[in-house]
Amino acid sequence: MSRIDDYRRVATPGAVDFILKLAEQVQGRRFLSVTSGRLGGGAAEALRTAMPILSELGVDTRWEVTGGDTAYYTTARSLQAALEGEERVLSDEGLARWVDMNGLNAKKLDLEADVTVVHDSQPASLVSARTGGRWVWRCHFDCSSAQPGPWTFFRRFADQYDAAVFGLPGFEGRLGIPMYIVAPSIDPLSERNRDLAPREVSEILTSLGVARDKPLLVQVARFARACDPLGVINAYRLVKKHHDVRLVLAGTADGEPERLELLSQLLEAAHEDRDVIVLELPPEAHRQVNALQRAATIVLQKSVRAEFDLGPAEAMWKGKPVVGGYAGGLAQQIITNVTGYTVHSVEGAAFRIRHLLNNPELIPRMGAAGREHVRRSFLITRELVDGLALGVHLTR
Amino acid sequence: MTQGPATRPFKFAGCVELRQALDVHALDVRELRQRIEEAPAGAIFFHTFGYFLRHRVFTTAYGNDFARWTANEIGDQALAERLAVVDPFAFSNIDDLREHLVTILQDHLRGREAERRVEFDRGFHFQQSQVVEVPLGVAAQTLGEFRGGLATVDESAIYLHTVETRARQRHAESFADWVREALEMPELAERFERIDPYLTTIERIRGRLLSLVDVALDEARR
Repeated sequence: MSRIDDYRRVATPGAVDFILKLAEQVQGRRFLSVTSGRLGGGAAEALRTAMPILSELGVDTRWEVTGGDTAYYTTARSLQAALEGEERVLSDEGLARWVDMNGLNAKKLDLEADVTVVHDSQPASLVSARTGGRWVWRCHFDCSSAQPGPWTFFRRFADQYDAAVFGLPGFEGRLGIPMYIVAPSIDPLSERNRDLAPREVSEILTSLGVARDKPLLVQVARFARACDPLGVINAYRLVKKHHDVRLVLAGTADGEPERLELLSQLLEAAHEDRDVIVLELPPEAHRQVNALQRAATIVLQKSVRAEFDLGPAEAMWKGKPVVGGYAGGLAQQIITNVTGYTVHSVEGAAFRIRHLLNNPELIPRMGAAGREHVRRSFLITRELVDGLALGVHLTR
Repeated sequence: MTQGPATRPFKFAGCVELRQALDVHALDVRELRQRIEEAPAGAIFFHTFGYFLRHRVFTTAYGNDFARWTANEIGDQALAERLAVVDPFAFSNIDDLREHLVTILQDHLRGREAERRVEFDRGFHFQQSQVVEVPLGVAAQTLGEFRGGLATVDESAIYLHTVETRARQRHAESFADWVREALEMPELAERFERIDPYLTTIERIRGRLLSLVDVALDEARR
């Protein structure tokens, strides 16, 4: 388990001392986080990292999880999708069941705290049972294009909070409460981002069947249309006319039919070209992802629709220039001409990759700038500062 | 110049800028002008003065968020240049700064029919900030002690005691006020105030402050 002092060697100078000072200001206050589960990515992943650090800082913090029956989970999933902008059918009975189950959750859970942070939509209606303290709704997704009906329904709960927190300006829905912006972050000491010895990187790449005899273009992303892996292959093909490179597409299909179909198309493309390598990795393959990003010459993140995918931040932390799509949080992470490029098309991606390969002195320069950018803006130390400052602000 | 102990200690504080979304957006230059006219003063501050806290290492050539957006999203380099040269520190209050920005945009729009309009996710999203001050537990009673603190405190403290205290009412004291009033060194205070924080980084401001303090300490030793 990482100790707060371990972050001194990776965070900006003074950042850890600053966190300690902020933590002093919330001593004696009780913090509670509520999520729909303890496993998986998103909110749960962020809390698994932050909770031990906050405990070490002496911050009184707890984590509760809501639960329910099948109907509850079905409605909660549909509501979440609708709030993310997808068309869904939500019945009045199902929504009533969701509200009732959260009413039961409120009775079962210990919700006594000075600041209660409820993450995402599934547990959001717990706020109706609030008895004291300040309540914050932490939204980890883009709800700016929520379906109007579901948003109107959901807003009656969201407006009962004292504040909402979003990951990016423009991700917010219409609410009558203060809305704060706290960007997500990466943990530089996690298995996915910690330093790896060159030998470790070589061993992992060998085990994955990725040779390092030519420049590597790497995209780590779900095998989903939103991440445009087919567009990446097309960009690679344009680059390949001029440079002998290898492309690695690593990701997960999660067993979803649409993604499995996309994966089969990618594998077909890989079958035709030995320099295209498609790796289906399990979600917990953090060390492999770490090694692939470290071995990359250029990292690609050509998403056409992204929430706040932290792939660019992970790659920049490893000193790699990133060519990314102009979507969601990608444009926020990549500083064009400084840490990489944001692109709007397959041809644009190929153009930028060729530009970097033709001017190789730019690669380490952009990589170093990217690492420094992440150090200041996308490490967990910065998110801890924002979270603690919000706690101070709400309870003073 | 005096070199004795100050009449009151200087207490260093850092700060965190809690960013707040306002659900106010502009998708073209005409809307940008309108929103700047209506936005709360805190939003104008955030997108101009606050720019210097957020752009620590990669200080871009734009100087404020309005110019950066106009260049990067609207693609109008000429307008971006006109907005970029607006030095927020040259205005005595936010309303004058706002008026100046609106005048530039109004002048630009005169006689133009169609303007480039961007999609929502590339729009200008107005924000403001709540600045949370964080006492750092570092205090100075003499100029020498002040130098020690200045050299080591978190860089948000440099922003707070120079930019924020210069532009907005804060609990924290400005470096210049303390040097002038508590150390009774008005000349040094004046030199502090002449430092141009526009288009530079917080670390460079720290460096310039330290140089001025070093000169003052040298003069006192002679």
